[in-house]
Amino acid sequence: MSPQVDAHIAVRDLVVQRGGVTVLEVEALDIPRGQVSALIGPNGAGKSTLLAALQLVLHPARGTLTLDGEPMHADPVRTRRRMAAAFQEALLLNMSVRANVELPLRLRGAPRTRRRELTEYWLERFGIADLASRHAKQLSGGEAQRVSLARAFASQPEVLLLDEPFAGVDAPTREHLIADFAEIVSQTRPTTVLVTHDRDEALRLGDQLALLIDGRVRQVGAPLDVFDRPIDREAASFVGIENILPRASLALAQDAPVGDWLCIRAEQVGLERVGLEGGVGARVLSAKLVSSLMQVELIQDGVTLVAKLPRAAWSQLGVEVGDQVSVRIAPEAIHAIADSRERL
Amino acid sequence: MDLIWDGIREAARLWWAGDREIIEITLRTLAISSSATALALLIGIPLGAVLALRRFWGRGLIVAAVNTGMGMPPVVIGLLVALILWRTGPLGRLDLIYTPTAMVVAQLLLSLPLVVGFSLASIQSVNPRLIGQIWAMGANRWQVLWLLVRETRLGLLAAVMAGFGAAISEVGASMQVGGNLAGETRVLTTATVLETGRGNFEVAIALSLVLVVLAFLVNLALTTVQQRRFVR
Repeated sequence: MSPQVDAHIAVRDLVVQRGGVTVLEVEALDIPRGQVSALIGPNGAGKSTLLAALQLVLHPARGTLTLDGEPMHADPVRTRRRMAAAFQEALLLNMSVRANVELPLRLRGAPRTRRRELTEYWLERFGIADLASRHAKQLSGGEAQRVSLARAFASQPEVLLLDEPFAGVDAPTREHLIADFAEIVSQTRPTTVLVTHDRDEALRLGDQLALLIDGRVRQVGAPLDVFDRPIDREAASFVGIENILPRASLALAQDAPVGDWLCIRAEQVGLERVGLEGGVGARVLSAKLVSSLMQVELIQDGVTLVAKLPRAAWSQLGVEVGDQVSVRIAPEAIHAIADSRERL
Repeated sequence: MDLIWDGIREAARLWWAGDREIIEITLRTLAISSSATALALLIGIPLGAVLALRRFWGRGLIVAAVNTGMGMPPVVIGLLVALILWRTGPLGRLDLIYTPTAMVVAQLLLSLPLVVGFSLASIQSVNPRLIGQIWAMGANRWQVLWLLVRETRLGLLAAVMAGFGAAISEVGASMQVGGNLAGETRVLTTATVLETGRGNFEVAIALSLVLVVLAFLVNLALTTVQQRRFVR
Protein backbone atom coordinates (compact mmCIF):
# COMPACT_ATOMS: atom_id res chain seq x y z
CA MET A 1 0.00 0.00 0.00
CA SER A 2 2.62 2.50 1.05
CA PRO A 3 4.63 3.72 -1.94
CA GLN A 4 7.93 4.01 -0.04
CA VAL A 5 8.39 0.25 0.45
CA ASP A 6 10.73 -1.65 -1.86
CA ALA A 7 8.01 -3.79 -3.39
CA HIS A 8 9.38 -7.10 -4.66
CA ILE A 9 5.89 -8.14 -5.73
CA ALA A 10 3.16 -5.66 -6.59
CA VAL A 11 -0.49 -6.66 -6.90
CA ARG A 12 -2.70 -4.17 -8.71
CA ASP A 13 -6.41 -4.21 -9.39
CA LEU A 14 -6.55 -8.00 -9.07
CA VAL A 15 -9.94 -9.67 -9.48
CA VAL A 16 -10.44 -13.43 -9.23
CA GLN A 17 -13.82 -14.93 -10.01
CA ARG A 18 -15.28 -18.41 -9.51
CA GLY A 19 -18.41 -19.33 -11.36
CA GLY A 20 -18.93 -15.65 -12.23
CA VAL A 21 -18.73 -14.62 -8.56
CA THR A 22 -15.88 -12.37 -7.41
CA VAL A 23 -14.00 -14.14 -4.64
CA LEU A 24 -10.99 -11.83 -4.47
CA GLU A 25 -10.60 -8.14 -5.26
CA VAL A 26 -7.32 -6.52 -4.35
CA GLU A 27 -6.89 -2.91 -5.36
CA ALA A 28 -3.23 -2.65 -4.40
CA LEU A 29 -0.87 -4.72 -2.29
CA ASP A 30 2.92 -4.51 -2.14
CA ILE A 31 4.97 -7.41 -0.87
CA PRO A 32 8.20 -5.88 0.51
CA ARG A 33 11.53 -7.42 -0.48
CA GLY A 34 13.23 -9.67 2.04
CA GLN A 35 10.39 -9.50 4.55
CA VAL A 36 7.72 -11.87 5.77
CA SER A 37 4.26 -10.67 4.79
CA ALA A 38 1.62 -12.57 6.71
CA LEU A 39 -1.80 -12.82 5.08
CA ILE A 40 -4.37 -13.31 7.79
CA GLY A 41 -8.13 -13.42 7.85
CA PRO A 42 -11.08 -15.67 8.58
CA ASN A 43 -11.85 -18.81 6.55
CA GLY A 44 -12.98 -17.97 3.05
CA ALA A 45 -11.46 -14.49 3.16
CA GLY A 46 -9.43 -15.16 0.00
CA LYS A 47 -5.96 -15.69 1.53
CA SER A 48 -5.23 -18.96 -0.28
CA THR A 49 -6.78 -17.60 -3.48
CA LEU A 50 -4.38 -14.65 -3.36
CA LEU A 51 -1.47 -17.04 -2.81
CA ALA A 52 -2.65 -19.22 -5.72
CA ALA A 53 -2.77 -16.10 -7.89
CA LEU A 54 0.83 -15.32 -6.90
CA GLN A 55 1.80 -18.91 -7.81
CA LEU A 56 0.19 -18.29 -11.21
CA VAL A 57 -1.96 -21.42 -10.87
CA LEU A 58 -5.23 -19.60 -11.52
CA HIS A 59 -6.33 -17.13 -14.13
CA PRO A 60 -7.46 -13.79 -12.71
CA ALA A 61 -10.38 -12.06 -14.40
CA ARG A 62 -8.44 -8.81 -14.25
CA GLY A 63 -5.36 -7.16 -12.80
CA THR A 64 -1.59 -7.27 -12.88
CA LEU A 65 1.03 -9.02 -10.80
CA THR A 66 4.60 -7.88 -11.12
CA LEU A 67 7.84 -9.28 -9.78
CA ASP A 68 10.64 -6.71 -9.77
CA GLY A 69 8.44 -4.60 -12.01
CA GLU A 70 8.06 -7.34 -14.66
CA PRO A 71 4.67 -8.90 -15.34
CA MET A 72 4.62 -12.34 -13.65
CA HIS A 73 2.35 -13.88 -16.29
CA ALA A 74 4.70 -13.03 -19.20
CA ASP A 75 6.66 -16.26 -18.72
CA PRO A 76 4.98 -18.29 -15.96
CA VAL A 77 7.57 -21.10 -15.84
CA ARG A 78 10.43 -18.61 -15.54
CA THR A 79 8.56 -16.68 -12.85
CA ARG A 80 7.76 -19.85 -10.89
CA ARG A 81 11.44 -20.79 -11.01
CA ARG A 82 12.22 -17.65 -9.02
CA MET A 83 9.76 -18.77 -6.36
CA ALA A 84 9.06 -21.79 -4.16
CA ALA A 85 5.94 -22.92 -2.36
CA ALA A 86 5.00 -25.06 0.62
CA PHE A 87 1.50 -25.94 1.77
CA GLN A 88 -0.31 -27.33 4.80
CA GLU A 89 0.02 -30.78 3.21
CA ALA A 90 3.69 -31.62 2.61
CA LEU A 91 2.85 -32.84 -0.96
CA LEU A 92 5.94 -34.97 -1.46
CA LEU A 93 6.45 -37.13 -4.51
CA ASN A 94 6.77 -40.89 -4.47
CA MET A 95 10.57 -40.94 -4.14
CA SER A 96 13.25 -40.62 -1.45
CA VAL A 97 13.57 -37.59 0.81
CA ARG A 98 16.80 -36.57 -0.93
CA ALA A 99 15.23 -36.88 -4.40
CA ASN A 100 12.29 -34.75 -3.26
CA VAL A 101 14.51 -31.96 -1.95
CA GLU A 102 16.67 -32.10 -5.09
CA LEU A 103 13.74 -32.12 -7.50
CA PRO A 104 13.22 -28.33 -8.03
CA LEU A 105 16.94 -28.01 -8.78
CA ARG A 106 16.70 -30.84 -11.31
CA LEU A 107 13.72 -29.14 -12.96
CA ARG A 108 15.86 -26.01 -13.27
CA GLY A 109 18.69 -28.00 -14.86
CA ALA A 110 21.19 -27.29 -12.06
CA PRO A 111 24.48 -29.21 -12.40
CA ARG A 112 24.68 -32.43 -10.41
CA THR A 113 27.41 -31.33 -7.97
CA ARG A 114 25.54 -28.08 -7.19
CA ARG A 115 22.30 -30.03 -6.69
CA ARG A 116 23.91 -32.45 -4.28
CA GLU A 117 25.67 -29.66 -2.39
CA LEU A 118 22.49 -27.62 -1.88
CA THR A 119 20.36 -30.66 -1.08
CA GLU A 120 22.75 -31.89 1.62
CA TYR A 121 23.01 -28.37 3.06
CA TRP A 122 19.25 -27.89 3.37
CA LEU A 123 18.63 -31.39 4.67
CA GLU A 124 21.16 -30.56 7.37
CA ARG A 125 19.64 -27.12 8.08
CA PHE A 126 16.20 -28.60 8.66
CA GLY A 127 17.65 -31.43 10.79
CA ILE A 128 16.57 -34.23 8.45
CA ALA A 129 19.94 -35.35 7.03
CA ASP A 130 19.45 -38.75 8.69
CA LEU A 131 16.19 -39.21 6.76
CA ALA A 132 17.76 -38.51 3.34
CA SER A 133 17.51 -42.09 2.05
CA ARG A 134 14.10 -42.73 3.58
CA HIS A 135 11.09 -42.94 1.27
CA ALA A 136 8.87 -39.88 1.46
CA LYS A 137 5.80 -41.96 2.30
CA GLN A 138 7.47 -43.31 5.46
CA LEU A 139 7.69 -39.97 7.25
CA SER A 140 5.70 -38.53 10.14
CA GLY A 141 3.71 -35.31 9.56
CA GLY A 142 6.39 -33.11 11.12
CA GLU A 143 9.22 -34.80 9.21
CA ALA A 144 7.32 -34.51 5.93
CA GLN A 145 6.76 -30.79 6.52
CA ARG A 146 10.48 -30.31 7.18
CA VAL A 147 11.21 -32.02 3.86
CA SER A 148 8.68 -29.78 2.15
CA LEU A 149 10.32 -26.64 3.60
CA ALA A 150 13.85 -27.91 2.84
CA ARG A 151 12.71 -28.49 -0.74
CA ALA A 152 11.38 -24.94 -0.94
CA PHE A 153 14.62 -23.41 0.40
CA ALA A 154 16.92 -25.70 -1.64
CA SER A 155 15.94 -24.03 -4.88
CA GLN A 156 17.19 -20.72 -3.41
CA PRO A 157 14.00 -18.85 -4.22
CA GLU A 158 13.74 -15.09 -4.28
CA VAL A 159 10.14 -15.48 -3.15
CA LEU A 160 8.70 -18.04 -0.77
CA LEU A 161 4.94 -18.67 -0.89
CA LEU A 162 3.64 -20.55 2.16
CA ASP A 163 0.06 -21.64 2.79
CA GLU A 164 -0.45 -22.65 6.43
CA PRO A 165 2.75 -24.73 6.44
CA PHE A 166 2.61 -25.37 10.19
CA ALA A 167 -1.12 -26.01 10.56
CA GLY A 168 -1.08 -29.76 10.05
CA VAL A 169 1.66 -30.47 12.58
CA ASP A 170 1.08 -31.41 16.24
CA ALA A 171 1.75 -28.70 18.86
CA PRO A 172 5.23 -29.62 20.24
CA THR A 173 6.62 -30.45 16.77
CA ARG A 174 5.10 -27.25 15.46
CA GLU A 175 6.86 -25.16 18.09
CA HIS A 176 10.28 -26.53 17.07
CA LEU A 177 9.52 -26.24 13.38
CA ILE A 178 8.43 -22.60 13.67
CA ALA A 179 11.54 -21.77 15.72
CA ASP A 180 13.84 -23.37 13.11
CA PHE A 181 11.93 -21.70 10.28
CA ALA A 182 12.10 -18.27 11.95
CA GLU A 183 15.86 -18.60 12.37
CA ILE A 184 16.42 -19.71 8.77
CA VAL A 185 14.20 -16.95 7.36
CA SER A 186 15.94 -14.28 9.43
CA GLN A 187 19.30 -15.44 8.05
CA THR A 188 18.36 -16.00 4.41
CA ARG A 189 15.71 -13.26 4.09
CA PRO A 190 13.70 -14.43 1.10
CA THR A 191 10.63 -12.36 0.29
CA THR A 192 8.00 -14.46 2.03
CA VAL A 193 4.22 -14.53 1.80
CA LEU A 194 2.80 -16.56 4.66
CA VAL A 195 -0.89 -17.42 4.71
CA THR A 196 -2.07 -18.25 8.20
CA HIS A 197 -5.22 -18.13 10.26
CA ASP A 198 -3.12 -18.32 13.42
CA ARG A 199 -2.76 -14.86 14.92
CA ASP A 200 0.19 -15.81 17.13
CA GLU A 201 2.05 -17.22 14.14
CA ALA A 202 1.41 -14.02 12.18
CA LEU A 203 2.66 -11.88 15.06
CA ARG A 204 5.72 -14.02 15.61
CA LEU A 205 6.85 -14.41 12.01
CA GLY A 206 5.38 -11.45 10.13
CA ASP A 207 7.20 -8.20 9.38
CA GLN A 208 4.12 -6.94 7.56
CA LEU A 209 0.59 -8.06 8.03
CA ALA A 210 -2.26 -7.92 5.53
CA LEU A 211 -5.73 -8.62 6.84
CA LEU A 212 -8.19 -10.01 4.30
CA ILE A 213 -11.92 -10.05 4.91
CA ASP A 214 -14.57 -11.00 2.33
CA GLY A 215 -12.03 -11.19 -0.49
CA ARG A 216 -10.64 -7.69 0.07
CA VAL A 217 -7.56 -6.36 1.81
CA ARG A 218 -9.02 -4.61 4.82
CA GLN A 219 -5.82 -3.46 6.52
CA VAL A 220 -2.06 -3.59 5.93
CA GLY A 221 0.62 -2.60 8.40
CA ALA A 222 3.14 -3.66 11.00
CA PRO A 223 1.74 -6.63 12.95
CA LEU A 224 1.40 -4.81 16.27
CA ASP A 225 -0.23 -1.88 14.53
CA VAL A 226 -2.90 -4.09 12.98
CA PHE A 227 -3.42 -6.02 16.21
CA ASP A 228 -3.62 -2.95 18.45
CA ARG A 229 -5.27 -0.54 16.05
CA PRO A 230 -7.72 -2.45 13.85
CA ILE A 231 -9.39 -0.34 11.21
CA ASP A 232 -12.99 -1.42 11.90
CA ARG A 233 -15.08 -3.69 14.10
CA GLU A 234 -14.71 -6.77 11.88
CA ALA A 235 -10.94 -6.35 11.85
CA ALA A 236 -10.99 -5.83 15.63
CA SER A 237 -12.97 -8.99 16.09
CA PHE A 238 -10.59 -10.99 13.87
CA VAL A 239 -7.48 -9.80 15.68
CA GLY A 240 -9.05 -11.13 18.87
CA ILE A 241 -10.17 -7.99 20.69
CA GLU A 242 -12.72 -9.28 23.18
CA ASN A 243 -14.41 -5.97 24.03
CA ILE A 244 -15.81 -3.96 21.13
CA LEU A 245 -18.31 -1.61 22.69
CA PRO A 246 -20.36 1.40 21.63
CA ARG A 247 -18.79 4.44 23.23
CA ALA A 248 -22.10 5.84 24.38
CA SER A 249 -22.80 2.79 26.52
CA LEU A 250 -19.58 2.78 28.50
CA ALA A 251 -19.22 4.83 31.66
CA LEU A 252 -15.48 4.13 31.59
CA ALA A 253 -15.09 5.93 28.31
CA GLN A 254 -14.79 9.47 29.61
CA ASP A 255 -11.04 9.69 28.99
CA ALA A 256 -11.06 7.41 25.94
CA PRO A 257 -9.88 8.67 22.54
CA VAL A 258 -12.47 10.02 20.11
CA GLY A 259 -14.48 7.42 18.23
CA ASP A 260 -17.85 5.71 18.17
CA TRP A 261 -16.61 2.24 19.03
CA LEU A 262 -14.09 1.34 21.69
CA CYS A 263 -11.81 -1.69 21.45
CA ILE A 264 -10.29 -2.98 24.66
CA ARG A 265 -8.29 -6.20 25.01
CA ALA A 266 -9.46 -8.32 27.94
CA GLU A 267 -5.96 -8.31 29.49
CA GLN A 268 -6.18 -4.49 29.70
CA VAL A 269 -9.32 -4.55 31.82
CA GLY A 270 -8.06 -4.11 35.43
CA LEU A 271 -10.12 -5.46 38.33
CA GLU A 272 -9.90 -4.27 41.93
CA ARG A 273 -11.87 -4.71 45.14
CA VAL A 274 -14.75 -2.31 45.57
CA GLY A 275 -13.98 0.58 47.87
CA LEU A 276 -10.62 1.50 46.43
CA GLU A 277 -10.39 4.91 44.87
CA GLY A 278 -11.21 5.34 41.17
CA GLY A 279 -12.71 2.78 38.84
CA VAL A 280 -16.29 1.98 37.97
CA GLY A 281 -18.42 -0.64 39.69
CA ALA A 282 -19.42 -3.82 37.81
CA ARG A 283 -20.92 -7.22 38.75
CA VAL A 284 -19.16 -10.52 38.03
CA LEU A 285 -21.33 -12.68 35.75
CA SER A 286 -19.02 -15.63 35.29
CA ALA A 287 -15.40 -16.69 35.74
CA LYS A 288 -13.67 -19.59 33.99
CA LEU A 289 -10.16 -20.76 33.21
CA VAL A 290 -9.24 -20.22 29.55
CA SER A 291 -5.69 -21.04 28.35
CA SER A 292 -4.20 -20.66 31.84
CA LEU A 293 -5.85 -17.25 32.42
CA MET A 294 -9.07 -16.51 34.29
CA GLN A 295 -11.65 -15.11 31.91
CA VAL A 296 -14.11 -13.00 33.84
CA GLU A 297 -17.38 -11.75 32.38
CA LEU A 298 -18.71 -8.56 33.94
CA ILE A 299 -21.77 -6.41 33.55
CA GLN A 300 -21.49 -2.68 33.96
CA ASP A 301 -24.42 -0.40 33.25
CA GLY A 302 -26.07 -3.05 31.08
CA VAL A 303 -22.88 -3.52 29.03
CA THR A 304 -20.98 -6.84 29.12
CA LEU A 305 -17.21 -6.62 29.50
CA VAL A 306 -14.59 -9.37 29.44
CA ALA A 307 -11.45 -9.27 31.58
CA LYS A 308 -8.53 -11.70 31.67
CA LEU A 309 -6.14 -11.98 34.58
CA PRO A 310 -3.69 -14.53 36.00
CA ARG A 311 -5.17 -17.15 38.34
CA ALA A 312 -3.11 -15.88 41.27
CA ALA A 313 -4.41 -12.32 40.78
CA TRP A 314 -7.99 -13.63 40.65
CA SER A 315 -7.54 -15.62 43.89
CA GLN A 316 -5.98 -12.59 45.56
CA LEU A 317 -8.99 -10.51 44.58
CA GLY A 318 -11.20 -12.89 46.60
CA VAL A 319 -14.29 -12.18 44.53
CA GLU A 320 -16.99 -14.64 43.47
CA VAL A 321 -19.67 -14.72 40.80
CA GLY A 322 -22.41 -12.20 41.69
CA ASP A 323 -20.02 -9.93 43.63
CA GLN A 324 -19.27 -6.32 42.76
CA VAL A 325 -15.79 -5.33 41.57
CA SER A 326 -14.20 -2.08 40.52
CA VAL A 327 -13.12 -1.86 36.88
CA ARG A 328 -10.26 0.34 35.75
CA ILE A 329 -9.05 0.78 32.13
CA ALA A 330 -6.12 3.04 31.19
CA PRO A 331 -7.14 5.46 28.37
CA GLU A 332 -4.06 4.41 26.32
CA ALA A 333 -5.35 0.81 26.36
CA ILE A 334 -8.45 1.89 24.47
CA HIS A 335 -8.51 2.01 20.68
CA ALA A 336 -11.38 3.95 19.18
CA ILE A 337 -13.03 3.39 15.80
CA ALA A 338 -15.18 6.04 14.12
CA ASP A 339 -18.49 4.96 12.59
CA SER A 340 -17.28 6.38 9.27
CA ARG A 341 -14.79 3.49 9.10
CA GLU A 342 -17.57 0.99 9.31
CA ARG A 343 -18.69 -0.75 6.14
CA LEU A 344 -21.57 -2.56 7.85
CA MET B 1 -7.66 -86.81 -23.62
CA ASP B 2 -5.07 -88.54 -25.83
CA LEU B 3 -5.49 -85.79 -28.38
CA ILE B 4 -4.54 -83.16 -25.83
CA TRP B 5 -1.56 -85.14 -24.46
CA ASP B 6 -0.31 -85.88 -27.96
CA GLY B 7 -0.68 -82.21 -28.73
CA ILE B 8 1.34 -81.15 -25.70
CA ARG B 9 4.05 -83.77 -26.47
CA GLU B 10 4.27 -82.59 -30.05
CA ALA B 11 4.39 -78.99 -28.89
CA ALA B 12 7.31 -79.82 -26.58
CA ARG B 13 9.09 -81.61 -29.47
CA LEU B 14 8.61 -78.64 -31.81
CA TRP B 15 9.96 -76.29 -29.17
CA TRP B 16 12.85 -78.53 -28.33
CA ALA B 17 13.77 -78.92 -31.98
CA GLY B 18 13.62 -75.15 -32.37
CA ASP B 19 11.08 -75.30 -35.21
CA ARG B 20 12.03 -72.50 -37.57
CA GLU B 21 8.47 -71.55 -38.47
CA ILE B 22 7.32 -71.31 -34.86
CA ILE B 23 10.31 -69.12 -33.93
CA GLU B 24 9.65 -66.89 -36.94
CA ILE B 25 5.93 -66.54 -36.11
CA THR B 26 6.74 -65.84 -32.47
CA LEU B 27 9.24 -63.10 -33.33
CA ARG B 28 6.80 -61.54 -35.80
CA THR B 29 4.03 -61.61 -33.21
CA LEU B 30 6.27 -59.90 -30.68
CA ALA B 31 7.42 -57.28 -33.18
CA ILE B 32 3.89 -56.38 -34.33
CA SER B 33 2.26 -56.35 -30.88
CA SER B 34 5.16 -54.50 -29.21
CA SER B 35 5.16 -51.84 -31.93
CA ALA B 36 1.40 -51.40 -31.59
CA THR B 37 1.66 -51.17 -27.78
CA ALA B 38 4.59 -48.73 -27.92
CA LEU B 39 2.68 -46.46 -30.31
CA ALA B 40 -0.44 -46.75 -28.14
CA LEU B 41 1.61 -45.65 -25.11
CA LEU B 42 3.24 -42.76 -26.97
CA ILE B 43 -0.14 -41.42 -28.05
CA GLY B 44 -2.32 -42.72 -25.22
CA ILE B 45 -0.48 -41.48 -22.12
CA PRO B 46 -0.31 -37.80 -23.16
CA LEU B 47 -3.91 -38.02 -24.39
CA GLY B 48 -5.01 -39.59 -21.09
CA ALA B 49 -3.12 -36.86 -19.21
CA VAL B 50 -4.80 -34.09 -21.22
CA LEU B 51 -8.23 -35.64 -20.62
CA ALA B 52 -7.44 -35.97 -16.90
CA LEU B 53 -6.07 -32.47 -16.39
CA ARG B 54 -7.92 -30.19 -18.77
CA ARG B 55 -11.54 -29.24 -19.12
CA PHE B 56 -12.59 -28.33 -22.65
CA TRP B 57 -15.61 -28.50 -24.87
CA GLY B 58 -16.21 -32.04 -26.17
CA ARG B 59 -14.13 -33.67 -23.42
CA GLY B 60 -17.08 -35.72 -22.18
CA LEU B 61 -17.69 -36.99 -25.70
CA ILE B 62 -14.06 -38.09 -26.09
CA VAL B 63 -14.09 -39.85 -22.69
CA ALA B 64 -17.29 -41.67 -23.67
CA ALA B 65 -15.69 -42.67 -26.97
CA VAL B 66 -12.60 -43.94 -25.12
CA ASN B 67 -14.77 -45.98 -22.76
CA THR B 68 -16.68 -47.44 -25.71
CA GLY B 69 -13.39 -48.20 -27.46
CA MET B 70 -12.23 -50.20 -24.44
CA GLY B 71 -14.86 -52.81 -25.24
CA MET B 72 -14.82 -52.54 -29.02
CA PRO B 73 -15.00 -55.95 -30.78
CA PRO B 74 -11.73 -56.52 -32.74
CA VAL B 75 -13.62 -57.54 -35.88
CA VAL B 76 -15.22 -54.10 -36.03
CA ILE B 77 -11.79 -52.45 -35.80
CA GLY B 78 -10.51 -54.95 -38.38
CA LEU B 79 -13.34 -54.08 -40.75
CA LEU B 80 -12.74 -50.35 -40.28
CA VAL B 81 -8.99 -50.61 -40.95
CA ALA B 82 -9.60 -52.96 -43.90
CA LEU B 83 -12.07 -50.50 -45.44
CA ILE B 84 -9.61 -47.63 -45.05
CA LEU B 85 -6.59 -49.54 -46.35
CA TRP B 86 -8.43 -51.50 -49.08
CA ARG B 87 -7.08 -50.85 -52.53
CA THR B 88 -10.10 -48.74 -53.42
CA GLY B 89 -10.30 -47.22 -49.91
CA PRO B 90 -9.17 -43.72 -48.82
CA LEU B 91 -5.60 -44.88 -48.04
CA GLY B 92 -5.53 -47.66 -50.65
CA ARG B 93 -2.69 -45.98 -52.51
CA LEU B 94 -0.33 -46.72 -49.63
CA ASP B 95 -0.69 -50.43 -50.48
CA LEU B 96 -0.69 -51.45 -46.83
CA ILE B 97 -3.49 -54.02 -46.76
CA TYR B 98 -2.19 -57.52 -45.85
CA THR B 99 1.07 -56.16 -44.46
CA PRO B 100 2.45 -56.21 -40.89
CA THR B 101 1.98 -52.40 -40.85
CA ALA B 102 -1.76 -52.83 -41.33
CA MET B 103 -1.77 -55.25 -38.40
CA VAL B 104 0.14 -52.74 -36.25
CA VAL B 105 -2.49 -50.10 -37.12
CA ALA B 106 -5.37 -52.44 -36.19
CA GLN B 107 -3.75 -53.52 -32.93
CA LEU B 108 -2.90 -49.91 -32.14
CA LEU B 109 -6.56 -48.93 -32.52
CA LEU B 110 -7.55 -51.81 -30.23
CA SER B 111 -5.09 -51.05 -27.44
CA LEU B 112 -5.19 -47.23 -27.64
CA PRO B 113 -8.55 -46.83 -25.84
CA LEU B 114 -7.31 -49.13 -23.05
CA VAL B 115 -4.10 -47.13 -22.62
CA VAL B 116 -5.97 -43.81 -22.70
CA GLY B 117 -8.63 -45.08 -20.27
CA PHE B 118 -6.12 -46.49 -17.76
CA SER B 119 -3.90 -43.38 -18.01
CA LEU B 120 -6.88 -41.09 -17.54
CA ALA B 121 -8.01 -43.00 -14.44
CA SER B 122 -4.48 -43.11 -12.94
CA ILE B 123 -3.67 -39.46 -13.51
CA GLN B 124 -7.10 -38.37 -12.33
CA SER B 125 -6.47 -40.17 -9.05
CA VAL B 126 -3.46 -37.92 -8.28
CA ASN B 127 -4.12 -35.33 -5.57
CA PRO B 128 -4.80 -32.07 -7.50
CA ARG B 129 -2.82 -30.17 -4.88
CA LEU B 130 0.23 -32.31 -5.69
CA ILE B 131 -0.13 -31.30 -9.33
CA GLY B 132 -0.27 -27.67 -8.17
CA GLN B 133 2.91 -28.24 -6.16
CA ILE B 134 4.66 -29.69 -9.24
CA TRP B 135 3.78 -26.56 -11.25
CA ALA B 136 4.84 -24.38 -8.31
CA MET B 137 8.26 -26.08 -8.30
CA GLY B 138 8.85 -24.54 -11.71
CA ALA B 139 8.16 -27.56 -13.90
CA ASN B 140 7.37 -26.97 -17.55
CA ARG B 141 4.57 -28.83 -19.35
CA TRP B 142 6.73 -31.86 -20.25
CA GLN B 143 8.28 -32.06 -16.81
CA VAL B 144 4.79 -32.06 -15.28
CA LEU B 145 3.78 -34.90 -17.61
CA TRP B 146 6.94 -36.84 -16.81
CA LEU B 147 6.50 -36.44 -13.04
CA LEU B 148 2.85 -37.46 -13.28
CA VAL B 149 3.79 -40.54 -15.30
CA ARG B 150 6.41 -41.34 -12.69
CA GLU B 151 3.94 -40.74 -9.86
CA THR B 152 1.26 -42.97 -11.42
CA ARG B 153 3.62 -45.63 -12.74
CA LEU B 154 1.71 -48.47 -11.07
CA GLY B 155 -1.50 -47.53 -12.84
CA LEU B 156 0.32 -46.86 -16.09
CA LEU B 157 1.99 -50.27 -16.00
CA ALA B 158 -1.53 -51.68 -15.80
CA ALA B 159 -2.20 -49.65 -18.96
CA VAL B 160 0.85 -51.23 -20.63
CA MET B 161 -0.31 -54.72 -19.63
CA ALA B 162 -3.86 -54.15 -20.79
CA GLY B 163 -2.67 -52.61 -24.08
CA PHE B 164 -0.17 -55.37 -24.82
CA GLY B 165 -2.68 -58.04 -23.77
CA ALA B 166 -5.30 -56.66 -26.15
CA ALA B 167 -2.79 -56.47 -29.01
CA ILE B 168 -1.19 -59.87 -28.71
CA SER B 169 -4.38 -61.81 -28.05
CA GLU B 170 -6.63 -60.50 -30.80
CA VAL B 171 -7.19 -62.56 -33.92
CA GLY B 172 -10.13 -61.18 -35.90
CA ALA B 173 -8.60 -57.86 -36.94
CA SER B 174 -5.22 -59.45 -37.70
CA MET B 175 -6.95 -61.92 -40.05
CA GLN B 176 -8.94 -59.16 -41.74
CA VAL B 177 -6.08 -56.73 -42.37
CA GLY B 178 -3.11 -59.13 -42.37
CA GLY B 179 -4.61 -61.99 -44.29
CA ASN B 180 -2.56 -64.64 -42.39
CA LEU B 181 0.01 -64.88 -45.20
CA ALA B 182 2.69 -67.47 -44.45
CA GLY B 183 6.08 -65.87 -43.85
CA GLU B 184 4.60 -62.38 -44.00
CA THR B 185 1.65 -61.65 -41.76
CA ARG B 186 1.09 -64.92 -39.92
CA VAL B 187 1.16 -64.45 -36.17
CA LEU B 188 0.56 -66.81 -33.26
CA THR B 189 -3.19 -66.23 -33.03
CA THR B 190 -3.94 -66.44 -36.75
CA ALA B 191 -1.68 -69.49 -37.13
CA THR B 192 -3.50 -71.19 -34.23
CA VAL B 193 -6.84 -70.59 -35.94
CA LEU B 194 -5.49 -71.98 -39.21
CA GLU B 195 -3.96 -75.10 -37.66
CA THR B 196 -7.10 -75.79 -35.64
CA GLY B 197 -9.17 -75.57 -38.84
CA ARG B 198 -6.83 -78.02 -40.51
CA GLY B 199 -7.11 -80.44 -37.60
CA ASN B 200 -3.39 -80.07 -36.76
CA PHE B 201 -4.10 -79.86 -33.07
CA GLU B 202 -0.55 -80.55 -31.92
CA VAL B 203 0.76 -77.56 -33.88
CA ALA B 204 -2.20 -75.45 -32.68
CA ILE B 205 -1.43 -76.44 -29.09
CA ALA B 206 2.27 -75.65 -29.57
CA LEU B 207 1.41 -72.21 -30.94
CA SER B 208 -1.09 -71.56 -28.15
CA LEU B 209 1.43 -72.52 -25.50
CA VAL B 210 3.99 -70.15 -27.00
CA LEU B 211 1.34 -67.40 -26.94
CA VAL B 212 0.43 -68.08 -23.31
CA VAL B 213 4.07 -68.31 -22.18
CA LEU B 214 4.92 -65.13 -24.08
CA ALA B 215 2.01 -63.21 -22.57
CA PHE B 216 2.91 -64.57 -19.15
CA LEU B 217 6.59 -63.59 -19.41
CA VAL B 218 5.81 -60.05 -20.55
CA ASN B 219 3.26 -59.60 -17.79
CA LEU B 220 5.60 -61.17 -15.24
CA ALA B 221 8.29 -58.65 -16.14
CA LEU B 222 5.83 -55.75 -15.93
CA THR B 223 4.31 -57.02 -12.69
CA THR B 224 7.78 -57.33 -11.14
CA VAL B 225 8.45 -53.70 -11.97
CA GLN B 226 4.99 -52.67 -10.79
CA GLN B 227 5.20 -54.44 -7.47
CA ARG B 228 8.72 -53.34 -6.57
CA ARG B 229 7.96 -51.19 -3.58
CA PHE B 230 10.08 -48.18 -4.23
CA VAL B 231 11.23 -47.51 -7.73
CA ARG B 232 13.84 -44.73 -7.90
